[in-house]
Amino acid sequence: MADTRRMLNRVAIHGILLAACAVYLVPLLVMLLTSFKSPEDVRAGNLMTLPVEWTVIGWLKAWDTVSGYFWNSFMITVPAVLISTLIGALNGYVLSKWAFRGSNLLFSLLLFGCFIPFQVILLPMSFTLGKLGLANTTTGLVIVHVIYGLAFTTLFFRNYYVGIPDALIKAARLDGAGFFTIFFRILLPMSTPIVMVSLIWQFTQVWNDFLFGIVFASGEAQPITVALNNLVNTSTGAKEYNVDMAAAMIAGLPTLLVYVVAGKYFIRGLTSGVVKG
Amino acid sequence: MAGLELRGVRKTYGSASLETLKGIDLKVEEGQFLILVGPSGCGKSTLMNAIAGLESITAGSILIDGQDVTDVEPKDRDIAMVFQSYALYPTMTVRENISFGLRIRKTPVERIDEEVARVAALLQIEPLLERKPAQLSGGQQQRVAMGRALARRPRLYLFDEPLSNLDAKLRVEMRTEIKLMHQRLKTTTVYVTHDQVEAMTLGDCVAVMKDGEVQQFGTPETIYKNPRNLFVASFIGSPPMNFVPVSVAGNAQRVSVRLNSDEGTAVIDAPGLDPALIGRTVLLGIRPEQIALNAHGERSGQEHDGAGVPTRVLVVEPTGPDTLLYAEWNGIKVCCRVAPDQAPAAGTASIWTIDARRAVYFDPESGERLA
Ligand SMILES: Nc1ncnc2c1ncn2[C@@H]1O[C@H](COP(=O)(O)OP(=O)(O)OP(=O)(O)O)[C@@H](O)[C@H]1O
Ligand SMILES: [Mg+2]
Repeated sequence: MADTRRMLNRVAIHGILLAACAVYLVPLLVMLLTSFKSPEDVRAGNLMTLPVEWTVIGWLKAWDTVSGYFWNSFMITVPAVLISTLIGALNGYVLSKWAFRGSNLLFSLLLFGCFIPFQVILLPMSFTLGKLGLANTTTGLVIVHVIYGLAFTTLFFRNYYVGIPDALIKAARLDGAGFFTIFFRILLPMSTPIVMVSLIWQFTQVWNDFLFGIVFASGEAQPITVALNNLVNTSTGAKEYNVDMAAAMIAGLPTLLVYVVAGKYFIRGLTSGVVKG
Repeated sequence: MAGLELRGVRKTYGSASLETLKGIDLKVEEGQFLILVGPSGCGKSTLMNAIAGLESITAGSILIDGQDVTDVEPKDRDIAMVFQSYALYPTMTVRENISFGLRIRKTPVERIDEEVARVAALLQIEPLLERKPAQLSGGQQQRVAMGRALARRPRLYLFDEPLSNLDAKLRVEMRTEIKLMHQRLKTTTVYVTHDQVEAMTLGDCVAVMKDGEVQQFGTPETIYKNPRNLFVASFIGSPPMNFVPVSVAGNAQRVSVRLNSDEGTAVIDAPGLDPALIGRTVLLGIRPEQIALNAHGERSGQEHDGAGVPTRVLVVEPTGPDTLLYAEWNGIKVCCRVAPDQAPAAGTASIWTIDARRAVYFDPESGERLA
C-alpha cells in the first residue's frame, strides 16, 4: 500500500520534471534541427521533422553575416566583464574591510543601482557619452556596461568579504602588507567562487544585452544581439529560417559555454557566501 | 626605558554605547613579560588590538621603547601578534603563512628559510609545513599562528591566548619554550591568558583587568599575596581564595574576628583591621594552602600566629599532587589544600589552623581591601 503510494508519487514527480524539461528543450531542439536543414527543406517542411538532408549551409551563411558582430560583442563583453569584476571586488573590499564614515550609506546608494530600470538611464547616459565624445563607440558601450554592472559586482564582493574575518586583514597589516598587497595576495586568492559568480553574471548580462547595444552603438559597432535582430527582421526575400536559427545559436553559444565551464563555481559561490557569513 | 607604556588609553567601539577601555595606565620595562588576565569580555583583546594599532583609541597615548606610536601605522610599529582566532591565511601553506611577514619585509631568502626551520622545530610543526590551514587541527593551527609571530624579531610581541587550544602536555612544553625564548631574546611581551599557571609562571608582571579597567598591576607574587581588592583575590589562584564573612570584635588594643564551625569556635587576631570596624561584618580571605591541619586534639597552632578552628571534613577531593578538603565555616564552604598523605577521611574532625599573618580582609560591599 505504502509502496504503491510512493511509486505513484515518484511517477508524478518525474512526470512533472520531464514535462518541464520538454518545455525548455523542445524549442532548442527545433532550433537545432532547423539550423541544419537546407533552404528547400525549411520552406517545405514541418517544424518538428528531422532534416531530409543534413547541411551546414545555414550555419556558414549565418556566420558570414554575423561574425563581425560576434567579435564586436566579444570586444565589448570581455573588457566590460573584467573591469566591472575587478572594480567590484575592490569596492567590496573597501566597503567591508576599510569601512569609513558613511560607507554603509554609500553601499545602500550603490544597491539602488541594482533596481534602476535600463530605460531610465538611456537619455542621461547618451547625453554623457556625447559630451565625452564616446557616442556610438565600443569604448562608450563598455563604459556603460561597467557602470551598470558595478552595482551588482560590488554587492557580490562586499557580501562575500563581510563573511571573511577582520583578523585576517589585521594579521596581514601587522605582517607589513599594505592596502593592495592585502587585496591581491590575501583576499583575491580566497575569492574564486565569488569571482566566478561575478564573471558569469556579468558575462550573461553584457553578452545578452540588447537595449544598450541598440541605443549606444550603431552600424558596424553593433553587438551580435542587435545584428541578430536586424537579420531576422529583414523583410527582403524569403524567410531563411535555417540561417536565423543558426545565427541565434551562434549568439547564444558563448553564454552556454560559460555556464558549462564555470557553472559549478556559480552554484558553489552563491551558497558558500551564505554559509560562511 | 619602558618597553611599552600606556597612558590613559580609552576605547569606545563605534557602534557601542559603553566604553570598552576606561583609561588604561601600564608601564612595562624593556624586555619584560607582561601577563594580562581578566574575565571574558573585559577588553583584553581590544587592548592588544589598540597596542598594535589595529583599533583606533578614543583617548590616551601608547609608547613603544619611549617612542609615541599612537598615530603610527600598525606595520610601522614593529609588532608581531598572535591572534586569539589564529587568523591564518587560508590560501597559503603553513610555510607561506610563517614566512609572509618576512617576505613582505624583503628578508633574504636564506634568512627566511632559517627562521622557518627554527620556529617549525620550536613549535613541533615541521611535518606540517606544506599543508594548508584547513588541513590542520585547532592546536596545530594555533602553533602555526604562534610561528608566524615568532619568525619575526620585532620590538614587541603580543600574544592573545596563544596556548589555549593545546593539550595539557603540549601546553606545558610550549610554556617552557616561550619562557626560554623570552629569556634568550629579551623582547618586551604582552601575553593574554586564562590559565592560572601561565599567569603565575611566565610573567615578570601581571595586570588584572575587569570591565575595561586595570584592577591591579604588579609582580605575580604581589598579586597573589597582596591582592588589592576582592575581585583580584578571587580571580587569581586555583582553587580560589576562601571568603568567609566574619564579624569584627575586640577593643582598640586587640581587634579580632570569630570563626564558627559545627565543632566549635575560634577567635582570630586581626591586628591590621581598623578598630572603627568593630561590630561590622567583613570578609576574611584565606587561600586553601594557608590553612594547615593539626592532628586531632593538638592545639599548638593557637599559641603562635595561627589560630585553630575545630572543623569536620565534609568532602575530600584528591587531585593528584595535593588533596582538597572542604568544610564549613560561618555557613560558608571553605577549601583547604593538604599533601595527599596528610588527608584525613571525610567526617574526621580536627583543628584547622589558619595563617593569620597571611589572612586578608575585604569590605563586603565595595570589595576594597581593609587589611
Ligand atoms: N568590533 C567590536 N565592536 C563593538 N564591540 C566590540 C567589538 N569587539 C569587541 N567588542 C566588545 O568589547 C568588549 C571587550 O571585548 P574583548 O574581545 O576585548 O574581550 P576579551 O577580554 O578579549 O574577552 P575574551 O577573554 O573572551 O577573549 C566586549 O564586551 C565586546 O563585546
Ligand atoms: Mg580576547
